[in-house]
Amino acid sequence: MTGGTGVPDGHDHEEPSFIRKYIFSTDHKMIARQFLFQSLFFLVIGGLLAAMMRWQLGFPGQPMPGGGIFPDAMVAPTPEGAIMLPEFYNSLVTMHGTIMIFFAIMPLLVGLFGNLLIPLQIGAEDMAFPRLNMVSFWLAVPAGILMLAGFAVEGGAAGAGWTSYAPLSTSGEWTGVYLGQQLWLASLTILGFSSLAGAVNYITTIINMRAPGMTWFRIPLPTWSLFITAILILLAIPILAGALIMLLFDQTIGTGFFRPDVGGEPILWQHLFWFFGHPEVYILILPGMGIVSEVISNRSRKPIFGYHAMVLAMISIAFLGWIVWGHHMFQSGMNPLLGTSFMISTMAIAVPSAIKTFNWLGTLWRGNIHYDTPLLHAVAFVSMFIIGGLSGIFMANTPVDMYLHDTYFIVAHIHYVLFGGSLFAIFAGITFWFPKMFGRMMNETLGKVHFALTFVFYNMVFFPMHNLGLGGMMRRLYDPTEYEFLQTLQPMNKFVSISAFLLVGTQVLFAFNFFWSLFRGRKATANPWNSNTLEWTVPSPPPHGNFAEMPVVYRGPYEYSSPETDDDYYPQNVPPREHPPVAPAPAPFTPSPEPGGAE
Amino acid sequence: MMTTQAATIDRVREEGSGVYTLKLGMWIFLLSEVMFFTGLIGSYIILRFAHPTDFADPGQVLNVQLTAFNTFVLICSSVTMVKAFAAIEQGDQVGLKRWLLATIILGAFFVGVQVVEYIALTSEGFVPMAEAYAALGREHGTTVIGGPLYGATFYMMTGFHGTHVTIGVLCLMFTYWRARQGKYTATSHGGVEIMGLYWHFVDLVWILLFTIVYLI
Repeated sequence: MTGGTGVPDGHDHEEPSFIRKYIFSTDHKMIARQFLFQSLFFLVIGGLLAAMMRWQLGFPGQPMPGGGIFPDAMVAPTPEGAIMLPEFYNSLVTMHGTIMIFFAIMPLLVGLFGNLLIPLQIGAEDMAFPRLNMVSFWLAVPAGILMLAGFAVEGGAAGAGWTSYAPLSTSGEWTGVYLGQQLWLASLTILGFSSLAGAVNYITTIINMRAPGMTWFRIPLPTWSLFITAILILLAIPILAGALIMLLFDQTIGTGFFRPDVGGEPILWQHLFWFFGHPEVYILILPGMGIVSEVISNRSRKPIFGYHAMVLAMISIAFLGWIVWGHHMFQSGMNPLLGTSFMISTMAIAVPSAIKTFNWLGTLWRGNIHYDTPLLHAVAFVSMFIIGGLSGIFMANTPVDMYLHDTYFIVAHIHYVLFGGSLFAIFAGITFWFPKMFGRMMNETLGKVHFALTFVFYNMVFFPMHNLGLGGMMRRLYDPTEYEFLQTLQPMNKFVSISAFLLVGTQVLFAFNFFWSLFRGRKATANPWNSNTLEWTVPSPPPHGNFAEMPVVYRGPYEYSSPETDDDYYPQNVPPREHPPVAPAPAPFTPSPEPGGAE
Repeated sequence: MMTTQAATIDRVREEGSGVYTLKLGMWIFLLSEVMFFTGLIGSYIILRFAHPTDFADPGQVLNVQLTAFNTFVLICSSVTMVKAFAAIEQGDQVGLKRWLLATIILGAFFVGVQVVEYIALTSEGFVPMAEAYAALGREHGTTVIGGPLYGATFYMMTGFHGTHVTIGVLCLMFTYWRARQGKYTATSHGGVEIMGLYWHFVDLVWILLFTIVYLI
């Protein structure tokens, strides 16, 4: 019922009150910015949690700098300082993963870019259901508060890992976490409703609210990717919600779905979780692919190489994403035949991924490349995604995975696709659309310095993790020095930790650039990147209701350096020039003498 | 090359699905509901195949006759919902209100019967809590029939369906309230139509659940 008539109140010209404009706004652009600020906050929290973990791994058993501020439930006070407790380390592992995936990357890609780009790129005045859109954001806020509240309750925050495998997660007996685990479940359930509300909105908007001329294959690739992502969210999140609620019942009222002690099935949790979890992986990467396609095409001043192939590759990835979940469970006990089919379907995903990579390189090839910050981040995405994709092929092989499973090789892989992939795409997207969001340009020099340092430190952190994993270091390990065979790897762990601190520290540059540009940045024109898509035809930032009159679309979104125009770009809404006849008109048609030849 | 196409473009939106936005949104939402119940039913199937002794034969524990009657009531409520929609399509305000009210009553009756059933079952020891499960069945024998997973999955599936019916009844009340205000006309009654879509979906799910939980 929410969302009402679907007609946004976009045409009243009176200035809305502060609360209606900034807090309970139904304007998709404001909701996008709300998601942006909330997610950046969680990105900082998630980064700090990671830094604390790295302290423990690099310098196990040594007092944590600033550790004295934590209560005794988290750290053990000693005369030299406070030492992290293993239980707190478990919470850090869990909360870092959960916060980064559900509260930073996913809302940045889907909440921020979905809300910002979809109506603007298809020429709509707002979402199909603006009030439902507002509800979507205001469900994400309490979800975030509940998630963080875990740190404040007795027993600490959830500690069973972001995957919350049963039976570890079914009872506080095993982790020492009671209420925290339940808050974790409640938070993610509420966040699921938020994501569903968003997905229904995105799909409806893209299907029904496109401007005249905006046919399916003229839709810009970010919007295409968000459309496919929204379908994945729509179908995957309900599975997670059902599983979360069952687990919540196991913990609170004592049902036995996943508890082997009363005859339940812990493996069922893994199946449900990964049946959601693998599409989730593509929820986290597909919008990045869309953003990167846009940025690379624009900054190379060339049409995207193989537009249709790009769309079809995303659709294939999304489809294959549903039949590969078992590759997370090779070690859980599985019929070998089933394992083999999961292996083959997983490796098949390399094909559409390779098509996309090839097309990005094809777009860059002999382009008039502008080395701006967005392009640098986008190219970083492509290169890091190749590394992450190739390590994925290793793990997809069942026999290889037997050895790599639950080691730091997995940690390296996930960070190559989630940080090297999604986060670089987010940086590309934020720097590219910052002028459209806030009407000001970000500082290029600071942006480039931030990019260079992030790229170097990022590889220094995560590349050695491949080696740590091959050396046998298990993930979610509190103290690697407890094992003799890992002690020789300790210098590498120290190197990774120091690099991680530098990586986190570098992000201060981005934060400074972001806020400085917000207030002091150079004023942006409507179309600073000479882009073709519709969001750049309106002022920066766009007014309420976006388009003064309904735009008409004449061509695809990537007509850069077109011979039909003098500029090197050809916006989608510019009417085609009337061509003077270049060749003499063909001779009048004369019917041929043979019968039937006139057809 | 493109001029011919440009000339034909009219300033109306690109043809979407041919379905108006509110209805399309409801269809899409129902897709996610399908997946939600797929997750629950799939879990039930897996658990039952893995632990056949945890489950009982039809009618041993559950009251099939009562629920069959309740199923009939819910199907009737779908009919009345269709009648309500047909009425407003003809602009019949009185008919709309009458049939909506009938749907509300039938829906609420369904939930009421389910609550009575829950009370009876829990008092006989058929509970979702694993440690407290002690269902002796309708024959009131001395041995416990089925196991903890039976209770847990039963309440999980019927409970979530019941929640959906309850939400549906509340939305129907809202629709009824708007109908009393005369908000729906022969040409504009999207709210009634999407209400009907949701209601028929909930009905359809129940037919599946009744078959799987009570009859098989």
